[in-house]
Amino acid sequence: MNRIPVVAVSIGMATGIYAVSFGALGVTAGLSILETMLLSLLMFSGASQFAFVGVVATGGMAAIPTAIASAWLLGVRNGFYALRMAPVLGMPGVTKLLSAQLTIDESTAVATSQATQSDERRGFWWTGISVFVFWNLTTLAGAVLGDRIGDPANYGLDSAAAAAFLGLVWPRLSSSKFKLIGLAAFIAALATTSIVPAGIPVLLGALVAALIQYWGKK
Amino acid sequence: MTLAVIAASLAVFSWKFLGYLVPEKYVSNPRFREIADAITVGLLSSLIAIQGFTNDSVVTVDSRLPALILAAGLLYLRMPFIVVIASAAAFSALIRMFF
Repeated sequence: MNRIPVVAVSIGMATGIYAVSFGALGVTAGLSILETMLLSLLMFSGASQFAFVGVVATGGMAAIPTAIASAWLLGVRNGFYALRMAPVLGMPGVTKLLSAQLTIDESTAVATSQATQSDERRGFWWTGISVFVFWNLTTLAGAVLGDRIGDPANYGLDSAAAAAFLGLVWPRLSSSKFKLIGLAAFIAALATTSIVPAGIPVLLGALVAALIQYWGKK
Repeated sequence: MTLAVIAASLAVFSWKFLGYLVPEKYVSNPRFREIADAITVGLLSSLIAIQGFTNDSVVTVDSRLPALILAAGLLYLRMPFIVVIASAAAFSALIRMFF
């Protein structure tokens, strides 16, 4: 099937749209173009990157410990994705470093929407590599353009990011069980957002999802 | 700052890598896999909530809602991902331009 590469490149291009705004935010927060690029190359996890530059933008050098902690907290979900992908990919030894770096929302979402294990692997690698390439190219473009871009919300880039998460979960919502799980997680995250620190609501949504799956089976 | 960037990147990478170090016998059983799939759906759904309906941790409804409804419609019509995302962004930008 040739569907996987097409989906992967489409997702790569789409996530590239909002990496432009990340690049611009990075340099306006006071990071150099190189430092902004390092975040996309090394951290390579959208939510963590936006959190890091967001905290640095408001607090400067003094806020660095908070910036690191926020990025780290928002990266927890990649650990769950890694647990899911590890037995599918079966990477030996140090090659685990490679699969680990590409373990993000997009690669895991495409992989887990496939029917067979070999398609799961193809979905993971195609999407992971595609997003990595586009994400870094457009980060560079955004960093070079800098604050000439203006407010990313003017271009609807915040809506683009929300729509991307919807697009990633969409294939799973054909199952009524996952519809219920998704809705419950959505409500849990919104209900807790103003009472717990940033980053926690998403994890509470994941916890609700796990509990429904766990108890639903009994 | 460069050192802080590298330290933060290593901190984020540690989660990704740790998941691959758990011995296979714990993560390859079907029961675990079902829960991991549910968690993936739960994470993505929570991310829609936070990215689409909050501003600085406060629940907010703005032009992102019509953009998401448009995105859902295009996904239902099986439009390519890039078309869905670009349309959602453009629709939301248009609404903000006029209101």
